[in-house]
Amino acid sequence: MVEVNTVFFMKIHINGEQKEIAHGLNIAGLLDELQIRPGRVVVELNRTIISREVQESTSLKDGDVLEIVHFVGGG
Amino acid sequence: MQDVFNLGEKVYQSRLIVGTGKYKNFEETKKAIEVSGAEIVTVAVRRVNITDPNKENLLDYLSPKKYTILPNTAGCYTAEDAVRTCRLAREAGVGKMVKLEVIGDDRTLYPDVPATLEAAKILVKEGFIVLPYITDDPITAQRLQDIGCAAVMPLAAPIGSGLGIRNPYNIRIILEQASVPVIVDAGVGTASDAAIAMELGCHGVLMNTAIAGARDPILMAEAMRLGIEAGRKAYLAGRIGKKLYATASSPLEGVLA
Repeated sequence: MVEVNTVFFMKIHINGEQKEIAHGLNIAGLLDELQIRPGRVVVELNRTIISREVQESTSLKDGDVLEIVHFVGGG
Repeated sequence: MQDVFNLGEKVYQSRLIVGTGKYKNFEETKKAIEVSGAEIVTVAVRRVNITDPNKENLLDYLSPKKYTILPNTAGCYTAEDAVRTCRLAREAGVGKMVKLEVIGDDRTLYPDVPATLEAAKILVKEGFIVLPYITDDPITAQRLQDIGCAAVMPLAAPIGSGLGIRNPYNIRIILEQASVPVIVDAGVGTASDAAIAMELGCHGVLMNTAIAGARDPILMAEAMRLGIEAGRKAYLAGRIGKKLYATASSPLEGVLA
């Protein structure tokens, strides 16, 4: 069966920038693609924190807003 | 008797808390912090640069096993943003102690007091150990203490100004009322400023620019460590009172006629 509206790419916002990513990618897969070590970052999806344990089971969808943050030098 | 510093859920030997911003590189950050003797270091929460993510990470140089990492909410102008930043920081797994700062305007970087109170209430309720950056106002300090903050952190002078303690009398009033540690946060310029804060009876001093911005940050880190220690010891020793006229140090009897 072929879906009529199959989307191969979707647009999401990562840290304020629009990106096209593969349809159905999950957060763990995205971090891997971006070459970001998951242990040193925190991910927020549409204002909800996505803990590391569920990053693999959290799929992204078109229009998602993602924040990927870490610690930097500060006072 | 050993003089230790109780803050949050831990006991520290050092009363100096240092920031990690404005250094030339991570190597210099690490070295300066080692020399300062600090056991608590502040960090900021920022977006990862997704186009160049493989840059080194600050925590590769400052192990959370060795240091208490104290995330700040620098750059937050609303209670909502500050709370959000603290939640993100906690998720990073370095503990639940946060330096709360809600900035009121970018010229003075003075805290927005009502917003700080609002954020502190939410954070304390959520189980954070909250260390708020505040103006040197005894009433605000009292309110934050009542809310359940684990310390109060009045500024000595504007952030990064290096002006030293502008109002030691307010700091004294805050100290007199406080049932939680009082940490002078921001405005220290040199070692004598740190010593003065400690001589007043403050429990600790938090600084960043004074060390990182010095011509020789490593040497200044050492000076600050010594300034903190000297001031603390002088406080514990109990200084003499100030008098207008002289009192001779040598005996008056037996002076040659």
